Amino acid sequence: MNIVACVKQVPDTEALIKVKPDGSGIDEGGIKWVMNPYDEYGVEEALRLKEAKGGEVTIVSVGPARAMETIRTALAMGAEKGVHVSDPLLDNTDAYTTAAALAAVIKGLNPDIIFCGQRAIDDDSGQVGSILAAILGIPQVTIVTKLEMADGKIKAIKPIEGAQLVIESTLPCVITTQKGLNEPRYASLPGIMKAKKKPVDVKNAAALGIATEPKAKVAKMTPPPDRAPGKIIAGDDPAAKAAELVRLLREEAKVI
Amino acid sequence: MYNEYFSESHTMLRDSIRRFIAREITPHLDKWEEEGIIPLELYKKAGDAGFIGLGYPEEYGGTPGDIFHQVAYMEEIMRCGAVGLASSLGVSAIAVPPILVLGTEEQKKKYVPPVLAGDKIAVLGVTEPSGGSDVANLLTRAVRKGDRYIVNGSKTFITSGTRADYVTTAVRTGGPGHKGISILIIEKGTPGFTVSKKLEKMGWWSSDTAELSFQDCEVPAENLLGEENKGFAGIMVNFQKERLYLAVEAHAVAELALEESIKYARERVAFGKPLTGFQVTRHKLAEMATLVEASKQLNYSIAAKIGNGQPCFKEVCMAKNFATKACDRVVYDAVQIHGGYGYCREYVVERLYRDSRLFAIGGGTYEIMNEVISKQMGL
Repeated sequence: MNIVACVKQVPDTEALIKVKPDGSGIDEGGIKWVMNPYDEYGVEEALRLKEAKGGEVTIVSVGPARAMETIRTALAMGAEKGVHVSDPLLDNTDAYTTAAALAAVIKGLNPDIIFCGQRAIDDDSGQVGSILAAILGIPQVTIVTKLEMADGKIKAIKPIEGAQLVIESTLPCVITTQKGLNEPRYASLPGIMKAKKKPVDVKNAAALGIATEPKAKVAKMTPPPDRAPGKIIAGDDPAAKAAELVRLLREEAKVI
Repeated sequence: MYNEYFSESHTMLRDSIRRFIAREITPHLDKWEEEGIIPLELYKKAGDAGFIGLGYPEEYGGTPGDIFHQVAYMEEIMRCGAVGLASSLGVSAIAVPPILVLGTEEQKKKYVPPVLAGDKIAVLGVTEPSGGSDVANLLTRAVRKGDRYIVNGSKTFITSGTRADYVTTAVRTGGPGHKGISILIIEKGTPGFTVSKKLEKMGWWSSDTAELSFQDCEVPAENLLGEENKGFAGIMVNFQKERLYLAVEAHAVAELALEESIKYARERVAFGKPLTGFQVTRHKLAEMATLVEASKQLNYSIAAKIGNGQPCFKEVCMAKNFATKACDRVVYDAVQIHGGYGYCREYVVERLYRDSRLFAIGGGTYEIMNEVISKQMGL
């Protein structure tokens, strides 16, 4: 099987994010970069599928030079090769352009199945997998927590409010992966050493023949407002304090 | 930082070890510490991840790397917060090298791959109740009788000794002194080989430490490593790296204690402000950080020398002693900053304080290191 897993490099979930003073983006100084956790489920599922059915896993990423580290991490986990779309014109681009770049690469790979994280934890757009499926003209199943494959079809489970959907799809298709699908492996030491020698193609936008002008632009980024300090109700009489608390919740916070 | 020593594969190794710790160790650590042992599956999991085979040739199931992969491994695995666990898991690092240096191809193929895979545990049996660093005067006696050696004696402070499958054992086959020493691989189940005691210790609780007894223990002669009476070199081969690893472990433990102290000092409020609001605490933390940094710099520079094949017997002893003293100071102050909580098991610095006491004792004591240093100085 020809399996593709798309990955994005994002700031570590524990990184302290600071917005640049001019609001053009985040200050990248001192940030530790990691693979988007939702993409890890995709890589793991891709590897499990390969281990069960044979074939190879190709990792595709759109991102600046540092995104190569994330591709290498996926190769260390066990993928065979990678394609890195690296072009300053695509830095911090929008979901559509990212999907268009991925599609341009993936068309040439002739895949049976494509995995994307259901969203990236940095911009939370959650669109890339869907747009990618639309551009490629193939089915998509989003936010998948269980996947089976038999007779050239997949059966996926997708949780919805109070129930779960069982969705069948023909191949090729795009699966966007959700927490719960699997427990991603950590790269083994032999895997890490072998990853150094695995091939990664680096391509720019011109080589892929894609438009680089984003359809959506982030106009301004602002940090969340500082949280107002809490209020302490003074006094010795618990009953009076409780009454005051109820009054404040009702009249000031307006939550009851 | 330290880009001259570490590159991408080292960073990836660190990430893997962090995940390994978070998934396989942290959820169970307190229980294993109380139980005084780690489950055998942990060896298998570490073997599967390739951690036990780090630095060994591929033909024996290892994964070659440079010295800084080993340094990175040591630093990261210590971050589980239990020196004993990390040492027990990594015990083959002292038991396997003599086999590779002295053993025949057949012996290497037989003993090394299952250990690196985490299926078997190999330990080093040198220290005896009567002496540790005084290797040349060890008493355990092996007498050749036909196709067997009859071994009598005992070994103590054997890390991971209660469940060892293979004991790389130093025995006396010849006359007094280091020229009478051989190394035998004594396998679990050999008649006359028993675990006489599991030792109760100040720290390193999750590491099972044993006293081993050999009473007319019949060891096949084919288990001799190298030539008879030439085993001393096989023991010495370990020393340089073992001391480096202990030095690195000491700076890693100190660094963890420092980080825990900074975290605590920022959160803990006394007299209306966090502890970091007091100059006395800030300066204490500054001095701790300075000691950690100095240890790291020295250890890394010596690791680089060892990696380049430069002998540095003196320097590695200096590194071990410096890092040990620095760690002693840092864990002391870490407990001090934590106050009463630092004396309670709930806080990791309490364990680091106990566990790190061994650095000045194991792998050659602080005093033995100074002896080696002073001899190298021509005194």
